[in-house]
Amino acid sequence: MAGRLRLTAQALSIALVAGLLGLLVWKIATDEKSPVPQAMKAGKTVPAPGFSFERLDRDGRLSLESLRGKVVVINFWASWCGPCKEEAPALEAAWRRHRNRGVVVVGVDVEDVASDARRFARENGLTYPLVHDGAGKTIERYGLTGLPETFFVRRDGKIVPKQVAGRIDEEELEEGIRLALST
Amino acid sequence: MRRALAGFLLAFLVVSPSGLASESSPTLRELEGELMCPTCEGETLVESDAPAAERVRQLIRRMIAGGAAKSEIKGELERQFGPQILAAPPRRGFDALAWLLPLGGMAAAAVVVGLLAWRWSRGGGEPRPPAADPSRNGRPEPEPELERRLDEELARFD
Repeated sequence: MAGRLRLTAQALSIALVAGLLGLLVWKIATDEKSPVPQAMKAGKTVPAPGFSFERLDRDGRLSLESLRGKVVVINFWASWCGPCKEEAPALEAAWRRHRNRGVVVVGVDVEDVASDARRFARENGLTYPLVHDGAGKTIERYGLTGLPETFFVRRDGKIVPKQVAGRIDEEELEEGIRLALST
Repeated sequence: MRRALAGFLLAFLVVSPSGLASESSPTLRELEGELMCPTCEGETLVESDAPAAERVRQLIRRMIAGGAAKSEIKGELERQFGPQILAAPPRRGFDALAWLLPLGGMAAAAVVVGLLAWRWSRGGGEPRPPAADPSRNGRPEPEPELERRLDEELARFD
């Protein structure tokens, strides 16, 4: 009786330790780092990490995949971010200027209250597609270091090695769009 | 024993901080301690003065003013920000393991202690050493071989 109890306890302890080790290995194996920051530094192109989020400007969802074949300007922002407000007019102007040339500006609202983001969009007269990433899933996927941050995606879905961290101006927007259209 | 264990488990589930808090009329103060700042690493709302935390506070104030229950507020924030907005993992799905594993561990420990206590009370434990012989005055018991040889040596003098 005593021997069997001891054996059972030992087997349970080993199983528990093995289970915890398995969890640790699984976590390490699935904890993949974004290739985007490295590629940006090295001046290389990598496929833009995909996303699919609920839209803020209308009902439904928008995925990056659905925009394949167009140049996409991805702007990460939040309503609580000061520089995001400052750059909003430039993004809206770029969208209006290039939308007929197959260029889409997509605003990804990160870690923000959806109603605040909608109010921000109304107050700043934003008409380009806006999606809500409340959980901040894109932060790791794109290796964001802060908000705002802007990426340019070519028609083939690859990111142009030109990323603007911080407030973007019209000149930088034009340069990014030109690069994305020309490659 | 079984009843006591069931009572303990029930008390643990019911008498938790969120269980004690008012469901129908929550306060910002109590919710601030149960929700995380969306942009801060490991900080609850009450600890954070980040702009995003302030936005969440404003939303909570609006919902409280609108008569929302605590679970509705937490549900809405979880829908918008994901489960990581909650300071404690939800008691459902895979996250429920965070609640069940400690309870399971405590239950297993209680079973082991109970079994050991039962065995000891039945005298099934390790054999006890024989009671000390008062005539030996604290000296150790001689080994049988040594005692035999000692007896033989002494027998020569008889």
